Amino acid sequence: MIAELGHFSLVLALGLAIIQAILPMIGAARQDDRMMMLGRPAAYGQFLFCLLAFLALTYSYIISDFSVTVVAENSNSLKPLLYKISGVWGNHEGSILLWVLLLALYSALVAFFGRKLPKSLHARVLSVQALVGVGFYLFMLLTSNPFNRLINIPIEGNGMNPLLQDPGLAFHPPFLYLGYVGLSVAFSFAIAALIEGRVDPAWARWVRPWTLLAWVFLSIGIVVGSIWAYYELGWGGWWGWDPVENASFMPWLVATALVHSAIVVEKRNTLKSWTVLLAIIAFSFSLLGTFIVRSGILTSVHAFAVDPRRGMFILLFLGLVIGGSFLLFAIRSDKLRTGGLFAPISRESGLVINNLFLSVAAAVVLYGTMHPLLSDALFGIKSSVGAPFFNLVFSWLMIPLVMIMGLGVHLRWKRADIKGILQRLRVIIGLSFLAILMTLYATRGGDIMSSVWLGISVWLLLSMLQELGHRIKLFQVPFRNSMSRLRRQPRSVWGMSLGHIGFAIALIGIVFSASWNLEVQKVLKIGQSLNIGAYTVTLKNVIPVAGPNYSAIRGIVDVTSKNGEHYTAYPESRTYITSATTTTEGDIKTSLSGDLFIVIGQNEGQDMWGMRIYYKPMQIWLWIGALIMVLGGFMSLTDRRYRVGSPENRKTRNGKAGSGKTGNAKTANKASQRSKTRKEAHVH
Amino acid sequence: MSIRRFLPLLVFIGLFIALMVGLSLNPREIPSARINKSVPEFSLPSLKGDGVGLSSEIIKNSKKIVLVNFFASWCGACRIEHPFLMKLSKMSKANGIVLYGISYKDKPANSLTFLNKFGNPYVRVGVDLKGRTAINFGVTGTPETYIIKNGIIRYQHIGPIYGTQIKDMILPMIKKLQQEGKP
Amino acid sequence: MRLFVVIIYLMALTLSANAIGVDKARLADPAQEARAYNIMTQLRCLVCQNESIAESDASLAQDLRAIVRQQVKAGKTDAEIIHFMTSRYGDWILLKPPLKPTTIVLWFGPLALLLIGGFMVFRYIRQNPETDMEDPLTADEKKRLKKILGGKMPKNKDHLGDYMS
Repeated sequence: MIAELGHFSLVLALGLAIIQAILPMIGAARQDDRMMMLGRPAAYGQFLFCLLAFLALTYSYIISDFSVTVVAENSNSLKPLLYKISGVWGNHEGSILLWVLLLALYSALVAFFGRKLPKSLHARVLSVQALVGVGFYLFMLLTSNPFNRLINIPIEGNGMNPLLQDPGLAFHPPFLYLGYVGLSVAFSFAIAALIEGRVDPAWARWVRPWTLLAWVFLSIGIVVGSIWAYYELGWGGWWGWDPVENASFMPWLVATALVHSAIVVEKRNTLKSWTVLLAIIAFSFSLLGTFIVRSGILTSVHAFAVDPRRGMFILLFLGLVIGGSFLLFAIRSDKLRTGGLFAPISRESGLVINNLFLSVAAAVVLYGTMHPLLSDALFGIKSSVGAPFFNLVFSWLMIPLVMIMGLGVHLRWKRADIKGILQRLRVIIGLSFLAILMTLYATRGGDIMSSVWLGISVWLLLSMLQELGHRIKLFQVPFRNSMSRLRRQPRSVWGMSLGHIGFAIALIGIVFSASWNLEVQKVLKIGQSLNIGAYTVTLKNVIPVAGPNYSAIRGIVDVTSKNGEHYTAYPESRTYITSATTTTEGDIKTSLSGDLFIVIGQNEGQDMWGMRIYYKPMQIWLWIGALIMVLGGFMSLTDRRYRVGSPENRKTRNGKAGSGKTGNAKTANKASQRSKTRKEAHVH
Repeated sequence: MSIRRFLPLLVFIGLFIALMVGLSLNPREIPSARINKSVPEFSLPSLKGDGVGLSSEIIKNSKKIVLVNFFASWCGACRIEHPFLMKLSKMSKANGIVLYGISYKDKPANSLTFLNKFGNPYVRVGVDLKGRTAINFGVTGTPETYIIKNGIIRYQHIGPIYGTQIKDMILPMIKKLQQEGKP
Repeated sequence: MRLFVVIIYLMALTLSANAIGVDKARLADPAQEARAYNIMTQLRCLVCQNESIAESDASLAQDLRAIVRQQVKAGKTDAEIIHFMTSRYGDWILLKPPLKPTTIVLWFGPLALLLIGGFMVFRYIRQNPETDMEDPLTADEKKRLKKILGGKMPKNKDHLGDYMS
């Protein structure tokens, strides 16, 4: 009964999506207010019914209703509640339902927060949003209905891949999808703007926070996935350039570019058609990622639905949405007039170059991921493109990007004084070179690429700190003054600083853990020890352990280090009863200087056990850096201009405040205004 | 309207066509670098350990079309394939083929038990205890079957032969190879 | 169809039932082991499809690792070992495709794209200030600039003149 209710809700949601797609669009063309207004209630209703469908499916999982096909195939009554719930999206049908639910959620959010948008723009955005939704509802109802019933009801379900039974992975897909689907808003705004033939700073002020939100979620999703891979796969890797990983990385790269280029549109009213194009491409990559996962077109360990019929449906849908958007772009983007001018050396130029590198990076990932397919289709040659290729290309491609990043943040809008900046940064440039030389010396010249990478990571970090110091006049005015300046910095400045500092820290973590990790593999007899770096590891005992739905062996391992550290590690190797698969639960001792990662393998004879031990220096800094980046994104999202400014209000305010001659003067004006309002608030 | 603005559309159309073609290909179908090359040199002991079980010489000297099947008692898919191999073996005389087996990384005793229990479709069996011969053949896992004519590998079948594949794939392939070179 | 599902299931079983193993026969010479490891990271684990044999626990990957070590020990060059693998499994086994006519786009595409994109960006940025740009400095600002630069204005003015035309 509940499942039928879910199915029915889904059909109703489709109906509302169709209304939301068609009527407001016609209304906007005819300037018919009543038709345009329909978009909003339709969006709320669509979300409500979609939520109802989702809850119905979740309920079927919780009560283990094995008459529902997907529940029988993917769940099990013995599973802990958390995994019953995460099981909802741990398979093809459910994950598409989650996808479309989030799309409806974003629609509803745009409907709610966009009330003050120009009516026709708002109507068109909602319409495009629903148009994408219609495709997904049809896909679900026609090829992968989650509410299909079984005629022969099994007593017990098949269970879930034990690798997926992990809290980290339970929340990896929702975040990733929040990111993927979040890019649909920027896409809808782009399409609406092309139809309207108008892009202005107010438009960018709308697109940027939505993109930023999607970027934040996408980043969290990717990082959670990486962390999961790091501790679950048992060899200390966190990124494998797998097609599915690439599918999430491509939209991330483009979203990063978009977040930057939207600033240029917002502040300088230029780079418009490029930004619109990026918004289209970013969401196209989201769709492409969905396609890659669903169709099994590119072999991957992650793909869960290998079904050519579904693949064909998504591909045609993809062709319609993306092809149509690009066609619209080709015809209409001429209408977008360029505004502000800038000199070759300016922040605008810096951001353009940033966009160039990020786009090329996305193109490299795209082509690398597609190459095996193209090579097979065109030349009949099967080939592989994996980590060694991407690592090589990226380690070269990213060097200039990071170098320019460190410089770009110092550049002023319109026209910057490069000589002055270089002069200000000369100490930092020197220190970065010193870092390279010291690394070369420490590694006896063995590792030039790693040394260079460490050097430019240091450069970026110091350069960002210097920029912040310059802003708050650190050491130029009394320290307390600097601190109060720091507190007064707008959230967007915080966002920018944290985002880039986080990136630099993550880079340092990557360089260390990838370049100077240690690995020892050895069969140990109980009582024997081995040495890795500063640690001595002794296998004390191995005992059997029974879990709720697995049996395991657990090693008891004594670890001592030269600096007096002493602890006991408990690595496990679990065998799941239902599927007879084995997973490793390595023991990871994390510290700021590095992770000691102990994995126990199989029995190799009487009291003999295979042991794998890794030391990953500075590994945690990768996660800390990523966390800081995400925090920066959140900070930037809460910036005053997004919270307060409805675009209409904003424009008039801008008109008043914008009388200053240069961009800088404008910012100064705004800052003083801001501090005034703050003071007033205090007085009251 | 400048042509440059059509660039994204053109690139996408290219990508779309590639994906369209790609959808009809099977990415898990592993290519064989061994096709049209001669059988690698090897000589493997028999299951009972009494002399040579199978060698490249034996295959090269065979006048018939040779099928070499890699199997193991521990391999689940091999059990599914087994009855189909038995069927093929019964048809081998009529079709002018000979079926050889290579036991892949399996204890000879276990392989023997397996063949005694389910029947032995192979004329000869060689024991590849370390799996090195299999690697020289380009084997990625069991079961895998090679069709060889005059000591040249002509076809590699990955995974079990089952269902209607004997009738639809294997026998027509053999027919084709037998027709070759005849007027 | 049902049978097919069973087969996939069984195949998956034989692949995943391997617990983490440990290579017993590592090379004693660290330099040789490092070279062997480097080769292993470039070879695809053929049965897991997206891992290198250095990371995989599949039995075939273990065998291939053993072969790599054996050949490194026997003094074979990297190229010879790679050739040994490709002659059996084709280019498919290489995670970094070799430079061939069919991989030119893959290897030179990034550079070409960067150059083309860079050229377009260059042109875009250059043409921009050629059009009339208002004098970006007010008299007051010029005075301040002069103060900051310590009176070295003329030299800098030339420099700025490039952009202002």
